[in-house]
Amino acid sequence: MTVLSASGIGISFGGVKAIDDVGFTVDAGQIFSIIGPNGAGKTTLFNVISGLYVADHGKVILGDTDVTGLPPDNLAARGLSRTFQNLQIFQRMTAVENVMVGRHLRERCNLLADLFRLPSVTRQNSETREAALKLLDDVGLRANADVLAGSLSYGACKRLEIARALAAEPKVLLLDEPAAGCNSVETEEIDELIRKVATSGIAVVLVEHDMKLVMNISDRILVLNRGKPLTEGVPHDVRNNPAVHEAYLGKHGAREAARA
Amino acid sequence: MLARLGSRYGTLFIVAAIIALLPLIFPSSYYLRVASLVWVSAFAAIGLNVLMGQAGQVSLGHAGFFGIGGYAAAIGPAHFGVPSWAAILIGAALSALLAYFVGRPILRLKGHYLAIGTLGFGFLVALVITTESRWTGGPDGMTVTKLTLFGWRASGSETWYWISGIMLVIGTWFALNLAETPTGRAFRALHDSEIAARVAGIDVARFKLQAFVIAAVYASLAGSMLALMNGFINPDQAGFLHSIELVTMVVLGGLGSVIGSIVGAAVLVALPQVLTVFQEYEHLMLGAVIIVTMIFMRDGIVPTLSRRFAGARE
Repeated sequence: MTVLSASGIGISFGGVKAIDDVGFTVDAGQIFSIIGPNGAGKTTLFNVISGLYVADHGKVILGDTDVTGLPPDNLAARGLSRTFQNLQIFQRMTAVENVMVGRHLRERCNLLADLFRLPSVTRQNSETREAALKLLDDVGLRANADVLAGSLSYGACKRLEIARALAAEPKVLLLDEPAAGCNSVETEEIDELIRKVATSGIAVVLVEHDMKLVMNISDRILVLNRGKPLTEGVPHDVRNNPAVHEAYLGKHGAREAARA
Repeated sequence: MLARLGSRYGTLFIVAAIIALLPLIFPSSYYLRVASLVWVSAFAAIGLNVLMGQAGQVSLGHAGFFGIGGYAAAIGPAHFGVPSWAAILIGAALSALLAYFVGRPILRLKGHYLAIGTLGFGFLVALVITTESRWTGGPDGMTVTKLTLFGWRASGSETWYWISGIMLVIGTWFALNLAETPTGRAFRALHDSEIAARVAGIDVARFKLQAFVIAAVYASLAGSMLALMNGFINPDQAGFLHSIELVTMVVLGGLGSVIGSIVGAAVLVALPQVLTVFQEYEHLMLGAVIIVTMIFMRDGIVPTLSRRFAGARE
């Protein structure tokens, strides 16, 4: 079952086409990776899909609704969640509070009830905290629940962002370089975590530079180069595609790689 | 969670206890008067701290709302025969409404631009108050009819000490309540990262507006209290300097700290009274105290001290 499809996406910045006619579809429970050299337009594509940028062309369909051009909070309410390449953590809140914010859409939020801190608000607060703690457990941060997020390590923040994104109970999860800056142990943990997420039926779209991770867990891979789709296929085909080698390494480099 | 709940009640208890016990050590009604001024300013600062400390949005025109509340309490009874208590509520409603309509476009601005936008708003309110002298008495100000509730006339330092003190406890209670609720978390989230907040499904514009309206209502109520307490009001209440004073209270006491706002108000209102011993150097000393405090306690008085105490205990 297709839960997210993008087609003909194009966006330019000051006359430069950052992405041009890119499209893909993802099914529930699938891990779909987008790779490409630096500047290929991966993060831009993410920003278009999650509503931070408005595309010049193309369509994004979430579930069976056209969501092209909707703002991020509206998309979140429709089941789209994401993490960021450069961390976007709520530094001055504790780890568990970060995840609790992720449950915002699952909470009733009424200003007057909150000002009076009605019993229902207190009850909901402890439910939200329980749910958040469970998610922190899933990403291995339970012990740091009441630590200020700003004092967590880089790898921990990456996992915290995933927990926060999952807290919204999304249908689609966009992960922008979840393993960037992580050591091999942390990368393996993230590998495992992503598989678990996908198994639970969430469609995962992954942008990642760690090729080992990508080749390991992806069901399908889309390769972008200079804003255009280069090829799409299963990991094995992409790995052996000479055009992909060339995009990453240049003509000369690709020849060297083929010989090696 | 329990510890946090405890601290909410604990904080409220401390505030209430200080308000209840202070009169016992005050040698004269002059002290009651100064303390009432502190409570009123603290009330406005607590509201502004919801906007600045929690939601992270600055307002350099907040005295505008303070003035609206004050002049509502003055004009209502004088020109329309509205009882004072109703005029207070009308003032608060007007401020909320104005905050809502001004906030919608203005809160799209960020950082310095928002500061200038709100500054402009404050100037406009002060300008209207100064020029519409038929209603407001112009630059000379106007007298304010005393507050009467069920035939009981509120006047005298002691009465106003208790009215402002009780209002401060209530204001403290609401602000403390808010911090750890979905609304308060949304405020703090958009303070740290607007992008992440939006992706988490938070309607950033709506929550900024809510914080702005809350802060406006607090300021308006404080303005009404001050006008009724003094029996007099002039345009300075709505002026730029007063806006800056309110922001200073919030920052000096500690952004995001409810107790901080009370401490900040105490420093800014009570310290000049103490510093009168320096006579013509009074303002110099006040400025020096503020500068030194900000250098050595850059997160504000209360957050810095509480961290130091927590560190000492560990």
